[in-house]
Amino acid sequence: MTVKEMAQTLELKIFAGEEGLEKEIDGGYTSDLLSDVMGYADAGYVWVTLQTHKNVMAIASLKELAAVVLVKGFEPDEDTMELARQEQIPILGTTEQAFEISGRLYQLLHP
Amino acid sequence: MDLTFQIQGGDFTSAGAASSQVRRTLKELGVDASVIKRVVVALYEAEVNIVAHAYKGEIMAQISPERVFLKLTDEGPGIPDIEKAMTPGYSTASQEVREMGFGAGMGLPNISRNADVFNIHSVPDRGTTVEITIQIS
Repeated sequence: MTVKEMAQTLELKIFAGEEGLEKEIDGGYTSDLLSDVMGYADAGYVWVTLQTHKNVMAIASLKELAAVVLVKGFEPDEDTMELARQEQIPILGTTEQAFEISGRLYQLLHP
Repeated sequence: MDLTFQIQGGDFTSAGAASSQVRRTLKELGVDASVIKRVVVALYEAEVNIVAHAYKGEIMAQISPERVFLKLTDEGPGIPDIEKAMTPGYSTASQEVREMGFGAGMGLPNISRNADVFNIHSVPDRGTTVEITIQIS
């Protein structure tokens, strides 16, 4: 499944990084601790978090993540979106909580 | 090949820049992806430690066909009890840093897990030196 298909199915808002919407998704990781994601997420994963600052995109780039999904209606900082565009990694958003969106994403990836 | 980077304490907007450059260089050199992944995790954590805890620091990355050697030297408060600092979940990071999602006490364990050789030496009130070796072949 591509990031674009996920965004459509889960009705996610696209903040920036549209250039990367065709990326394939290999899994997901939900955490607000950056070292947790750094240590345990893998390439092609979608990262579900409430962190909105620029370091999120730095990690997404270093780990070659497929996309970042912000929960609870949080919006990315301006420099976060700038980095998302630069790195061509989509940063998306939902009004749902991490538990709910992660559950729906899991179902989508493991039908 | 040798790469050197200067790191400013407290500058979270540039955190990860050195790791990103080393990753790019390793990719250009055609280093195996699984090796690059380990280097990235270990180096990023060590880089962020300088940003989060030290006043300033330097990163030296030495890349040879056999291994990646990383040496991070900082001027800072040092670590009084390294064994304690290595304990997963233990952190001395400020509240502000923790709210950003850093300071979970997972940094040094992440380095340790990804390095083939990991040395850490610290003098309280002076600074810390971290040496990381990751074998390529």
